[in-house]
Amino acid sequence: MTAQAGEVEGRDVAGAIARPGPTSAGDLFFAFNRLALQGFGGVLAVAQRELVERKGWLTRDEFVEMLALSQVLPGPNVVNLGLMLGDRFFGLKGALAAVAGMLAVPLVIVLVLTAAYAEFSRLAAVSGALRGMGAVAAGLIIATAIRLMATLGGSRLGRPLAAAFSVLTFVTIVWLRWPLIWVVAGLGTTAVAIAYARTP
Amino acid sequence: MSAMLHPALSSAELLGLFAHFLVLSLLAIGGAITTAPDMHRYVVAEHHWISDAQFSASIAIAQAAPGPNVLFVAVIGWNVAGPIGALATMAGTMLPSTALTLIATRWGQRRRDTRFVRAFKTGLTPLTIGLLVATGWLLARPYVDFSAQGAGAMAVILVSIALMLRTRLSPMWMVAFGAVVGALGWA
Repeated sequence: MTAQAGEVEGRDVAGAIARPGPTSAGDLFFAFNRLALQGFGGVLAVAQRELVERKGWLTRDEFVEMLALSQVLPGPNVVNLGLMLGDRFFGLKGALAAVAGMLAVPLVIVLVLTAAYAEFSRLAAVSGALRGMGAVAAGLIIATAIRLMATLGGSRLGRPLAAAFSVLTFVTIVWLRWPLIWVVAGLGTTAVAIAYARTP
Repeated sequence: MSAMLHPALSSAELLGLFAHFLVLSLLAIGGAITTAPDMHRYVVAEHHWISDAQFSASIAIAQAAPGPNVLFVAVIGWNVAGPIGALATMAGTMLPSTALTLIATRWGQRRRDTRFVRAFKTGLTPLTIGLLVATGWLLARPYVDFSAQGAGAMAVILVSIALMLRTRLSPMWMVAFGAVVGALGWA
């Protein structure tokens, strides 16, 4: 696999086992529109399911890598993920198509709901339903994390060390309440340094 | 009512709102929700444009609605100043982070076979997973701790984790299930 082995619209063709991908920017727009509209309580769980398991546009490892970058870069994680995926297949046009697909229709829906909520918020059933949906949303994120833990096995850090970094991240955020920027600067730098030492 | 919901902001105030969200965008490492405390400080505590309850409801609505959670930013803007407010907060939040992400992605993509970029991804992956669990945990806490139906909320969370891991059911149905359970007062 030489460096110039093959780049077609940013796609890695070198190791190509004809992987499925979006056929056009429009395809990206509708795919992200579809997954966003299923994404009650956040899009991440659905994005993993659609992009990795249903469409196969990304492997589970690629998904985690992209998500990792999305998280350390500022901005909404799934939006960053959409930008990266879109850019990889169709450049700027693809990036904007993915994000527009993800945001346009849900934006209209949420603003209509906002207008309606002012009228209905006093109903106990409405606030109860919001609570129940919030609880499910939290469960979906935890389930997605559990599913992605499988990727740690293939880490060059080795599974025990990689798992230790996951646990430390959780502890510093949830119990020690460190700002994320400290966690990335401290734990992130350490993990990257160790990975660098172990990368040929 | 709508006059109270949408206080008329002067152009200078709207510009200030936009500028504040522009800056927060670049600080939003880990997602826009991580800057929610500072948004609260600005629009509720400092300027009294919306109430505490409106702020919390903005986040809850965006979470319950389909789409990325970042849309809570648009809801806050809408509650502050109507459509133009939503435009100010949303554009402010999206523009800087989008530009930076595109630049950084292309930089990384050109160097993806270098030792540093590979180590960077390997090193950050475990943090990503820890962070996801933390996000789920922090979102779940208020339901389990403070609602009178904490046990019900806990059951809903555990059932949705199990369904997500064990079945291919669309998450949409799980959220609908949560809405029904919640509306009945069980969670």
